[in-house]
Amino acid sequence: MDIFLGLLTNILEEGFIYGIMILGIYITYSVLDFPDLTVDGSFPLGSVTCAAMILLGVHPLLALLVSFLAGAAAGVVTGFLHVKLHISNLLSGILTMTALWSVNLVINSGKAMVPYYDMPTVFNGTLANLLPKGYGVLIISFLLVVAVKLLLDAYLKTKSGLCLRATGANPQFVIGLGKNPGRFKILGLAIGNGLTALAGAVLSQQSESASINSGTGMVVMGLASVILGLTLLGRVRFVRGTTAVLVGCVLYRGVLSAAMLAGLPTNYLRLLMVVLFIAALLLNNTFGKKGAKRA
Amino acid sequence: MSDMITLDHIDLTFGRGTVNEVPLFRDFHFSLRKGQFVSVVGSNGSGKTTLLNLICGTLQPDRGEILLNGSPITKLPEYERMKNIGRVFQDPLKGTCGNLTILENMSLADNKGKFFGLSRAVSRGVLDRYRTELESLKLGLEDKLNSKVGALSGGQRQALALLLVSMTPVDLLILDEHTAALDPNSSETVMELTDKIIKEKQLTALMVTHNLRYAVQYGDRLVMMHEGGTVKDIEGEEKRATTVDDLLSIFNTISIECGN
Repeated sequence: MDIFLGLLTNILEEGFIYGIMILGIYITYSVLDFPDLTVDGSFPLGSVTCAAMILLGVHPLLALLVSFLAGAAAGVVTGFLHVKLHISNLLSGILTMTALWSVNLVINSGKAMVPYYDMPTVFNGTLANLLPKGYGVLIISFLLVVAVKLLLDAYLKTKSGLCLRATGANPQFVIGLGKNPGRFKILGLAIGNGLTALAGAVLSQQSESASINSGTGMVVMGLASVILGLTLLGRVRFVRGTTAVLVGCVLYRGVLSAAMLAGLPTNYLRLLMVVLFIAALLLNNTFGKKGAKRA
Repeated sequence: MSDMITLDHIDLTFGRGTVNEVPLFRDFHFSLRKGQFVSVVGSNGSGKTTLLNLICGTLQPDRGEILLNGSPITKLPEYERMKNIGRVFQDPLKGTCGNLTILENMSLADNKGKFFGLSRAVSRGVLDRYRTELESLKLGLEDKLNSKVGALSGGQRQALALLLVSMTPVDLLILDEHTAALDPNSSETVMELTDKIIKEKQLTALMVTHNLRYAVQYGDRLVMMHEGGTVKDIEGEEKRATTVDDLLSIFNTISIECGN
């Protein structure tokens, strides 16, 4: 029973932390209809930026904010390449992602891994001491993801948020309003990559280290979670897209963990991630058609 | 300056410098007075749609100037021009946003020309006004404020698109074969609605259509285009006296001249 509970806690912790990124990918992929590959680079960007801030003695919450801004800047670069220089969406993402590898290495002082054990993080502060032992990470990561989700829900109902949703579905409509849809694309990519970097920063604080390799496979994991969530819950009334993708994320982490528990060697992890992604796509093509594109 | 839109000395050649070079406009001139409702007809390739694209900024002329309400817009990007222009497309999916509700679509359209910031898009105070506007369409949409526009029929979407572009004051309304993709019944409804809105709001309108009956029946001016020029431009009594058969005979004469 204890093992099961521990496993469940672990799945939820990861689901919530990666969930912050999933909300960002929901914005780019589902709302903006932009398959953004920058994510593989902006996730570790958040991670290394956060480590650099913590090591400079910056408050952990401020470090999270700076990481978000760093990720948003990366999103703006991808958006600029696509909107202003007319480079295709996939290629724009690949270019920024590749460039970020160098940026991340520089921030991480040329090291693949920078540990910062026993430095202050959001997971060992005053709040953590008040929480029941063993559940601190779970509760704090839950609070973080819920805060992000509620902010995002509120934003999507503002005038700017509605324009963002219209940009993905019908850019011509946005032009008709006398607005430049390119601006909203850049804004959406900034939000998406900002949240991705924020997730990388939270994971970094939880593991008390920053790794430039932490981003590999994030696109696949993110898209799979978004598609899975929207296929299963996208057409259920009163379930918001942001809720659906978070459920998708927890499910996805759950399946991965279950496979590891069942004895799948770690070497096969990436292979399994891709198989799960394809399974989610097939599921969506069979049952969901409209679901995954629902904004 | 009583012209709402003026195209002056326009030259436009497609595929310049290639073997497929097609000159369309040579020193083309077109103007539309304030408050006028003009129907533009013509065969495919006559330049009707190109005329609209030049006005909206999806195409740039090689030479010449375009003025909207007296100010030059030739160098402005499409979205800047649309601040003062409303356009309804042939494709009903283009003029509305299918993943948003009717209420959200109207709230966005209502905010045209203002700042799209972080204030709530939908405010409760507007509900009654929106319902009244939807009632005027007589399509029962006033009871579906919270339905996704994607669930509406083509005719309903096109009627809504018309309502959306006329919610804020615009200098010019552009109707780009906006009834062509609809069934005969919806087409009729949307056309009558168009006429009603143009009259009520005293809009200056430019309608491109393949429906000669609409061109004869509606509007106070009729322009027929052929190979980048206007072959007929009538208004007033002369327009009222023109029949569909008159237009058809001109069409036939042109075709014979071209050797078809």
